[in-house]
Amino acid sequence: MIDTPVAPPQAGTRPAAPLRNYESWIRRAPLVPALVFMFVVTQIPFLLTLWYSFQKYDLNYPTAPRDFPTIYNYKVVFDDPIFRAAVVNTVLFTAAPVILSLLFGLGIALLLNRHVFGRGFLRTLIISPFLVMPTAAALVWKFTILDTTFGLLNYFLRPFGVHNENWIGSFPQATIITFLTWEWTPFMVLLLLAGLQSQREDILEAARVDGAGAWRIFRSLTLPMLRPYLELGVLLGSIYIVQAFDGIYIITQGGPATLTTNLPYYIYQIAFQGFNIGQASAMAVIVVVATILIATVALRTISSLFSAEGMRGR
Amino acid sequence: MTITVAVTANPLMTTIEQLTPGGFEASHPGIKVKFVTYDENTEREDVEKDVATGAGQYDVVMIGPNDIASWAKNNWIVNLNSYTAADPSYDVSDLLPPIATALSSSGSLYAVPFYGESSFMMYNKAMFAAAHVTMPAHPTWAQIAALAAKLNDPSAGVAGICLRGLTGWGDNLASLDTVVNTMGGQWFNTSWDAELTSPAFENATTFYVNLVKNYGEKGAGNDSFNQCLTIMQQQKAAMWYDATVAASTLDASGSPVQGKIGFAPAPVDLTSSSGWLWSWALALESASKNKSAAWQFMSWATSKQYIAYDASKNGWAAVPPGTRTSTYHNPQYLAAASAFAPLTLQEIDSVNITQPGVAPQPVPGVQYVGIPEFEEFGALVSAQITAAIDGQETVAQALAKSQQIAQQAVIAAGYK
Repeated sequence: MIDTPVAPPQAGTRPAAPLRNYESWIRRAPLVPALVFMFVVTQIPFLLTLWYSFQKYDLNYPTAPRDFPTIYNYKVVFDDPIFRAAVVNTVLFTAAPVILSLLFGLGIALLLNRHVFGRGFLRTLIISPFLVMPTAAALVWKFTILDTTFGLLNYFLRPFGVHNENWIGSFPQATIITFLTWEWTPFMVLLLLAGLQSQREDILEAARVDGAGAWRIFRSLTLPMLRPYLELGVLLGSIYIVQAFDGIYIITQGGPATLTTNLPYYIYQIAFQGFNIGQASAMAVIVVVATILIATVALRTISSLFSAEGMRGR
Repeated sequence: MTITVAVTANPLMTTIEQLTPGGFEASHPGIKVKFVTYDENTEREDVEKDVATGAGQYDVVMIGPNDIASWAKNNWIVNLNSYTAADPSYDVSDLLPPIATALSSSGSLYAVPFYGESSFMMYNKAMFAAAHVTMPAHPTWAQIAALAAKLNDPSAGVAGICLRGLTGWGDNLASLDTVVNTMGGQWFNTSWDAELTSPAFENATTFYVNLVKNYGEKGAGNDSFNQCLTIMQQQKAAMWYDATVAASTLDASGSPVQGKIGFAPAPVDLTSSSGWLWSWALALESASKNKSAAWQFMSWATSKQYIAYDASKNGWAAVPPGTRTSTYHNPQYLAAASAFAPLTLQEIDSVNITQPGVAPQPVPGVQYVGIPEFEEFGALVSAQITAAIDGQETVAQALAKSQQIAQQAVIAAGYK
């Protein structure tokens, strides 16, 4: 669905000469099984979802008439205040963790790019949150760190006058944002570290010889060079974090009230607590359509930034 | 032949899984039993998917009383009357009547109970003695609130009472609904008008929320059965209102509070009793291809013989409670579980599942509304209650939204 630019465009490569028709087909032939597989596992379920979304399909009532086709489900979804709250929460729980994890990721990557003792060990440690299963990590956050009575955070804050603070109940949205940021910062570190390490030492040295300070080098050399990596971080981070479910399911169950109900969690509630397949399908269709629209605009913007960057830099 | 059984993750289910090879498979050569264990919410979702689509992945499924009516009507599970009639040794009349009624639809039994429970009050006897207070034999909620105020000691890290605040219809709503019932409230009147903003419902919710906010454990919005169990074992709360089945863990040998816990009936206000009623029960899937073998396992797992076999391996105090009259006539069981067994039976017997509160209600159910839609709107309402307990909303705000959610749900489903 989304074709992701993985590496910045290389300067100086000439476009390949156009292939003749049959040659291009021979080149593509090995891709056909993958294409068929992708179609079977992504597009057929989507078509079924589309079909269900126009039916009054409730697993609790197997014999009830389904009234196909009906736009009843779409009406219900657009009238639903919880759905609207979930849209706002989804934007919040995507934008805030992406921005925060990029900022933390940049800082940590800059530190890890220096020659410090035990750098390899530190890198492994920093990356470990990303390798822990999200469900297990969420349980640790909920019960070991943030628990009101037995949590480590309250234990360490006790000398500073904090007594039995109910972190999850008092700051539910901040809890989820913190958890997602913690989970995704290592991903950003990896991405940005790759960018930093492709920075050529001789250029930096030349800048230093010319009398540029550390801030000037960062501002005028490192940051522009990192820009495609930052953009890639925003894109991939948004694609992954918009689907956040595990942490919300484990830590807050979408509550208190609907403060942490995002779209994936709400669709799950309608489908697997309500067993209202029709309504859940309608929501899923709306989410897919909205995501494609937003992703298209975002991709256009980002790829235009890429090409602008490519022309300016080289 | 292999039969597949879906169960919820719970100590008593772990026991039967361990006892099945030696107890059932040895005496029924040719039948192998495969257990599939999930946490409660996942099990409910997976089992309902399986029965609703007729997939037949499971032969025997563990369900609760709230599922019986609609699942029986949809023919998702098998009427067990002919099976129990053909098997006199099963002694179906020995099942505790309130539990058997809760597992029946139109007079037919649709599931057999593995264990049954009500709710009651548990309290730390040493803390009561130190504060020079006593637990009344039949406490009212007003008395409990006064006791909680007296016993609450934040400087020592001890809460007056531990109550459920966690989001989930089987979590905070289970406790709250029994308070609502005894204080004269109800979810719906007999013509399906939602009553969540009625004065009685609001008073009861305000009482519950204030009780837990003022004298309850800190961070109650994250706590349910397991968290309160730990808090009681660590002696961080003086009282706890929850399932009767908790007693077998608190009073078990090796528990840090063994012998230190007292038990009292569920507190009341306007009604004479107020416990809830629940059973984890085994039902036979209509889509099962091995119904005869499945029934042989179900009848073994819920039989007197299984209870005696479990007792011979793990001691009498650990056997599944709340299923059979004969268990409560067994002198060995009564000796091992004297502190809580008679009270558990009394609480189960006193439940009126068709009208637990003051006013008649449209469908049976004590701590839940007995319609399939409740799983969804109950979860949404319970999240509002958690918000009130966490202080994110006032009780009035939470109930106004809940009223809308509940009313909308029954209108959309065509009850009203």
